[in-house]
Amino acid sequence: MSFINYASREINCKIVYYGPGLCGKTTNLQYVYQKTAPEAKGKMISLATETERTLFFDFLPLALGEIRGFKTRFHLYTVPGQVFYDASRKLILKGVDGVVFVADSQEERMDANIESLENLRFNLKEQGYDLDRLPYVVQYNKRDLPGVLPVEELRQELNPTGVPDFEACAATGEGVFETLKAVAKLILIDLKKGR
Amino acid sequence: MAYPQMVMYDEEFKQINFVIEKLLREANAKVIFLVDKNGQLISGVGETDRFDTTSLASLTAGNIAATGGLAKLIGEKEFSILFHEGEKDNLHISIVGGRVILVVIFDNRSSLGLVRLRVKKASEELTGIFDRLVRKAEEKERSGVPEFPFAEITDDDIDNLFS
Ligand SMILES: Nc1nc2c(ncn2[C@@H]2O[C@H](COP(=O)(O)OP(=O)(O)OP(=O)(O)O)[C@@H](O)[C@H]2O)c(=O)[nH]1
Ligand SMILES: [Mg+2]
Repeated sequence: MSFINYASREINCKIVYYGPGLCGKTTNLQYVYQKTAPEAKGKMISLATETERTLFFDFLPLALGEIRGFKTRFHLYTVPGQVFYDASRKLILKGVDGVVFVADSQEERMDANIESLENLRFNLKEQGYDLDRLPYVVQYNKRDLPGVLPVEELRQELNPTGVPDFEACAATGEGVFETLKAVAKLILIDLKKGR
Repeated sequence: MAYPQMVMYDEEFKQINFVIEKLLREANAKVIFLVDKNGQLISGVGETDRFDTTSLASLTAGNIAATGGLAKLIGEKEFSILFHEGEKDNLHISIVGGRVILVVIFDNRSSLGLVRLRVKKASEELTGIFDRLVRKAEEKERSGVPEFPFAEITDDDIDNLFS
């Protein structure tokens, strides 16, 4: 649920990075944080375990610039990917404006990808959202690893509706901004329609 | 869409700030924030410069969401007040009108009792303002007033954001 403040001329949108454990959601945000000019970002907050697994969420506020005199802010969140943190995932999805599904391209993570995507759909539905009507993009991450599944195969399983999708290596940043830009654009287009 | 957009207009923004500024004085607080349940800052008064307001808003909303989840688990509707006591500063968090979160930070120049009392009064006023705001937004939507600033946004506008 975007928040339009006519008084301070600001618009705030919430983007959630979803995906199985260790697929690289936090790494995506870390890269965006590293590469964004200081004046365009706030502090990145990571509520993580001692082993750097996301426990509740990561949060990164971006203030990218103005459109038509309105300051446009995006609040980026990641969910904890580990299966047993489902209650937390549901909370983070509240008020979401756009979703990035980060898939792990490794063959042995395919089942985890599928399970996480079903979980996303289910949790959204529980809150009255329909993934097919939400600004939504898919990222195939860890393309740098040897022996990953071909994109075609991933696409067939994880992106049957053909939303914008991107290959990425979040560790080096490849594909990270392309992904973010794509979902941001879909959100703004959605706003333009005025819902 | 499952939820309507949250909007804020000049008139209500001024009224809200008037109420929380009064609360700041009457409760002897250091700083007061209003945050929506999704973690977006609505307004802040007092020593706001000393705090990272964006982070504060996000964590407050996370905190409310988590305790709300806990409440449900034990069969409560919601914990409408949270209080965290620090060595120097204390944090009083409450839900206003079921919709927005009011955060009051105060030290030993004030007291929990005073803050509670003043928050209660301010909450009633704020609830009224937010109710009006929601009605106003709904009316504007119904009447189809095309005042939405993004109606004419172009692809270039969007691309420029990321350049
Ligand atoms: N080789 C490779 N490793 C990556 C890539 N992206 C992330 N990683 C690594 O994968 C591990 C997990 O990354 P995170 O970003 O913490 O994963 P996450 O999705 O946030 O995991 P949870 O918080 O448990 O849900 C880290 O060691 C990263 O360095 C990538 O593109 N290639
Ligand atoms: Mg993580």
